[in-house]
Amino acid sequence: MGAADAEIPVLEADGVSKRFPGVLALDEVSFALRPGEVHALVGENGAGKSTLIKVFTGAHRPDGGRVLVEGRPVAFGSPLEARRAGISAVHQEVGLVPDMSVARNLLLGREPRTRLGLIDLPRLHAEAERTLAELGVRADVRAPLRTLGVGTRQMVALARAVSVRARVVIMDEPTSSLEPREVETLFGVVRELRDRGISTVYVSHRLDELYQLCDRVTVLRDGRVAHTGPLAELDRLRLISLMLGRDVAEVRAGGVTRFSGEHAAAAEQPVLEARGLTRRHVLNGVSVSVRPGEVVGLGGLLGAGRSETAKAIVGALPLDEGEVTVAGTTLRRRRPVGAAIRAGVSLLPEDRKAEGIVPGLSVRENIALAALPRLARAGLVSEARIDALVETFMRRLRIKASSPHQRVDELSGGNQQKVLLARWLAMNPRILLLDEPTRGIDVGAKAEVQALVDELARDGLGVLLISSDLEELVEGSDRVVVLRDGTVAGQLGGGEVTEDRIMAVIAGDGAGDPSGEERHG
Amino acid sequence: MAEAVAGRRPGLDRARVLAWAREYGVYVSVLALLLFNVVFTPNFVDPGNFRTQLVQVAPIVIVALGMALVIGTEGIDLSVGSVMALAASMVVLYLGYGPVPAVLVALAAGAATGAVGGALVAYVGVQPIVATLALLVGVRGLANVLVPQLKEISNPGLLALGSGSVAGVPYVVLIAAALTAVMAFVVRRTTFGRRIVAIGGNRTASELSGLPVKRLLLAVYVISGTLAAGAGVLATARLQAGDPTSLGLFMELSAITAVVIGGTPLSGGRIRVLGTVMGALLMQLLQATLIKHDLPQSWAQIVQAAIILAAVYAAGNRGAR
Repeated sequence: MGAADAEIPVLEADGVSKRFPGVLALDEVSFALRPGEVHALVGENGAGKSTLIKVFTGAHRPDGGRVLVEGRPVAFGSPLEARRAGISAVHQEVGLVPDMSVARNLLLGREPRTRLGLIDLPRLHAEAERTLAELGVRADVRAPLRTLGVGTRQMVALARAVSVRARVVIMDEPTSSLEPREVETLFGVVRELRDRGISTVYVSHRLDELYQLCDRVTVLRDGRVAHTGPLAELDRLRLISLMLGRDVAEVRAGGVTRFSGEHAAAAEQPVLEARGLTRRHVLNGVSVSVRPGEVVGLGGLLGAGRSETAKAIVGALPLDEGEVTVAGTTLRRRRPVGAAIRAGVSLLPEDRKAEGIVPGLSVRENIALAALPRLARAGLVSEARIDALVETFMRRLRIKASSPHQRVDELSGGNQQKVLLARWLAMNPRILLLDEPTRGIDVGAKAEVQALVDELARDGLGVLLISSDLEELVEGSDRVVVLRDGTVAGQLGGGEVTEDRIMAVIAGDGAGDPSGEERHG
Repeated sequence: MAEAVAGRRPGLDRARVLAWAREYGVYVSVLALLLFNVVFTPNFVDPGNFRTQLVQVAPIVIVALGMALVIGTEGIDLSVGSVMALAASMVVLYLGYGPVPAVLVALAAGAATGAVGGALVAYVGVQPIVATLALLVGVRGLANVLVPQLKEISNPGLLALGSGSVAGVPYVVLIAAALTAVMAFVVRRTTFGRRIVAIGGNRTASELSGLPVKRLLLAVYVISGTLAAGAGVLATARLQAGDPTSLGLFMELSAITAVVIGGTPLSGGRIRVLGTVMGALLMQLLQATLIKHDLPQSWAQIVQAAIILAAVYAAGNRGAR
């Protein structure tokens, strides 16, 4: 660290260590955040990013080393104390209250009061509106938070962090659920903060964002600092190799994502055909087909109906019209999800925590959940068969858990995602619908999931891939269907599958072929 | 995040103690109370006394077994006490056809009540506490309309169910023990049991995993209703009278208490069958102990309250990572 600049860091970790049973999560990590800089904090899962953030925000107490705020050692006993010291965090899984209004959420714990000590609603709303307006966010501050889209909710969380007059804002994957437009807004906010002298710690898995936004970078690996310095001096390949701890050549050989590209989809008949999926206000006649061995990307902005399409296909979203056929057989809609699963269609849902894992249960139980009937005879569960299945998939997907009996909610996001993939692969599906399969998981797990999707497609599985990550969509898909406002806006195949073309279709420049669907029917 | 394996700070020991207390506290407490009584209570170590205690606790155990399933799905069944009363009135009404038909009708009535509650919860989407509260009121009323006052029972076949025994062990106790074994097996070893626990843990995930969530929920309430009716039949046989007015009053509270003390959290996702039995035993022993030491019943209630709080405290701390 050549920080001879006389500036005193606003926030500093000096040889901080943190030990958990069996793991040294932080091993004498030193980190310095200069006034008014945007500092990228990157690393794979388990590298220690979250732990370091929790030390900074008072959620963890370090076992060794010091934390300094503007040169003075501090010992935060609670997140509240950290917040009082001017350190605000926007967490990955946002801690807002869904049933309260936007305004209440924004000013939670700092509501303006009337003389009687009651909440002063007019002032509350005015203040909330002003705060959002400053950030260029438009939302009804009186509406309950849950009625907003994920992206807007996230902006509210950001606005809250910013509005507490923080000196340091810590953003952990802030853009993971934002639309490109919102990302722009966010970047504007971060730059605005920088100009006001507020420092930002920016955690993201998206390299594009880091290079657009950040001044310096600290790379953590296995609880140690692998590198600290100006970001501009570090090219992407070098950065990735630092994060992964692999050789540059190796990374180059593997590519940035792990998709290999083309699959032998060829002339086969579609194994999945969804026709005219319609649900008021949500979907308007969406048709998608997937052939064996083909990865079909589903592109579009947030709220375009991507997740809804996937849910409608498995029957988790009631439809007004439309039908789904799997290998020529129309799915019964009476016991929908079960019917879809039996027909070989499985959905990996977007919201891992709320819709995927069963948190209190073990890794083993989570993997076996859907396949239980197959692992049982006359309703009696066979432990031996479960063990065999679980072992196979834990090894195949390289799920890192202390044992199959570890609670699934103790695993990292990437490993939880693998558990869910295992749950579905155990069903031997013909079609996998993957809704944001790599969101919020680290680079290493991401690459593994991508490689797995590739491998599955090569083995003849049909995949519908939903991703907000354009790069992932482009490199992973053989064909991309772009949705806009609940309708198919266009379809791109072969050489047309590029980020530019997708964005053009989203923007409605007529670059795609709106009738493309029929071509494949 | 991997770091979330985490959460473990120096305070970990406290969390560990609580986790241990949640899992085994009820066993230790029962054991401690037994020891206390063996040493300090005169005439406690007497087969007759043991028999009385077990006979008294058996109906609670039977009801609590069903309750544990319901609570495991993040639900609750407040109707159990009224279902016991309904069963009593059915027994009174149909005893003329013989004890077997009467018992079957009573069980069917319990199952039907459970089906109504289960349908409201699973298919209509009424909150369990609301649906079964309505049944608590309505079914008690129905039972009273059918049999307005206490009716003595003299059918020897039915009375035998209440007072008979095998090798000194009353039928009632045997039945409760057998049902416990069956329930433990169901929860641990069957697809049904595993799925119920999963529903309690995350209903949406279970639905997306293709589990027939609604049917399973319905089944759980039907089982609870049937077990409550069974308990009602046994209690009636032992009382030698059908008493829909007061039979099973506050039974829902005893059952819920047993379940919670036994380590099944109200938030669902885990079912402790043996723990539930121990929870019922603990309450029974506590009451017996205080009575035998000439302390008023009110004391027992106060101590029960303390135990419930302790159990809920231990359960609440599981997520405090």
